[in-house]
Amino acid sequence: MAERFSFELVSPERLLMDVEAAHVVVPGTEGEFGVLPGHAPFMSTLRPGLIQVFEDENQAPKTLFLKGGFAEVNADGLVVLAEDSIDPETVGLAALDQDIRNAEEDLTAARDALETARAEATLAWMRPLRDIIARGI
Amino acid sequence: MASLKDLRDRIASVRSTQKITQAMKMVAASKLRRAQEAAEAARPYAERMEKVMRALGDSVSTQDTASPLLVGNGKDDTYLVIVATSERGLCGGFNSNIVRAAKRRIDQLLADGKEVKILCIGKKGRAQLNRFYPGRILDTIDMSGIRQLGFVDAADIAQRVRVMFDEGVFDVAVLFYARFQSALTQIPTEQQLIPVPLAEHGGSAEDASDAGGGAIYEYEPDEEAILDDLLPRNVSVQVYKALLENAASEQGARMTAMDSATRNAGDLIDNLTIVYNRTRQAVITKELIEIISGAEAL
Repeated sequence: MAERFSFELVSPERLLMDVEAAHVVVPGTEGEFGVLPGHAPFMSTLRPGLIQVFEDENQAPKTLFLKGGFAEVNADGLVVLAEDSIDPETVGLAALDQDIRNAEEDLTAARDALETARAEATLAWMRPLRDIIARGI
Repeated sequence: MASLKDLRDRIASVRSTQKITQAMKMVAASKLRRAQEAAEAARPYAERMEKVMRALGDSVSTQDTASPLLVGNGKDDTYLVIVATSERGLCGGFNSNIVRAAKRRIDQLLADGKEVKILCIGKKGRAQLNRFYPGRILDTIDMSGIRQLGFVDAADIAQRVRVMFDEGVFDVAVLFYARFQSALTQIPTEQQLIPVPLAEHGGSAEDASDAGGGAIYEYEPDEEAILDDLLPRNVSVQVYKALLENAASEQGARMTAMDSATRNAGDLIDNLTIVYNRTRQAVITKELIEIISGAEAL
């Protein structure tokens, strides 16, 4: 039996995941990093991307898309603060493309800084999600 | 003297009012439970965020390059007062208490010669504030379309505030809301949003080292970049937390208000029933006297 560590995925609304994991791959801003038991204390911001949770090294991972956030590794385990997570398998490419087009239109039609900021925030996570889905998970 | 029929009608009307307030009380009680659960569910995120912020804030806030969200933009001439109230009435003194707390602060700021701008969340506060400070209200955020408050709603408000801050609309932002203590007590609370209050960071060096469990962290990219990323999030989280507390407080206040309304209606019904019975007896007595005196006259 392989060693495990505690992994928590927390969104502002609730605790999304609280499991014992053997291995977690996190999409850090400066590249993906894998966390195994006994990882050194570490903090990193996240870019929009996939997080892979291996509850067991030999099983297929649970994969979720994060819109960005923050990860902290300490002696107790790994904590990921994420604003929102999406199961990439539930997203249709066509619908997403439409959403991206809408957001791009919003961006060009933006009348003030607030509308620009809103559209940019939406695009910031939609585009990477689209790339990932187009590439195949 | 009201007639018997009038009294009967009044009792019936008070009774139906009582049924309504009773129902509203029960609805508020179940909504309160949901609001409390939501507030509880949001706690882990806010706690962890705070821990990290504290650990980072201490090391970065002393640098000149620190984000204006943390250290301010060097001025405190213009204040943005954000007042979070409810969209619906019938919740006792809930809205008035928040507005009163905000008003006290605003008056004090005005006396100090500061410029004050107001942003309302929820229309009930707007109506009251508009009477005192016409022209100072920048905007009102309508929350009536939102059934269950989500983080996106709070994030949107926070983004609005941040954009205004970047544009230099204001220098300091404070938020007024009611902290939920129990269904009976809600405390109007003031919280500084921008810049992030240093008091929370400073003087907590012990907590800061606590947060890391004494371990030395490695940072990626670096402390400052992480903090820059976290600060805007922190504003959203604070707004979200305040709005959740506010929602719970509103339902608590409504529950209490409706409970006492139900009790008042009960008292009123009792009194009216006594009057009704007395009147009924008086009418019977009068009729008897008429019959007897009629018989005696014969």
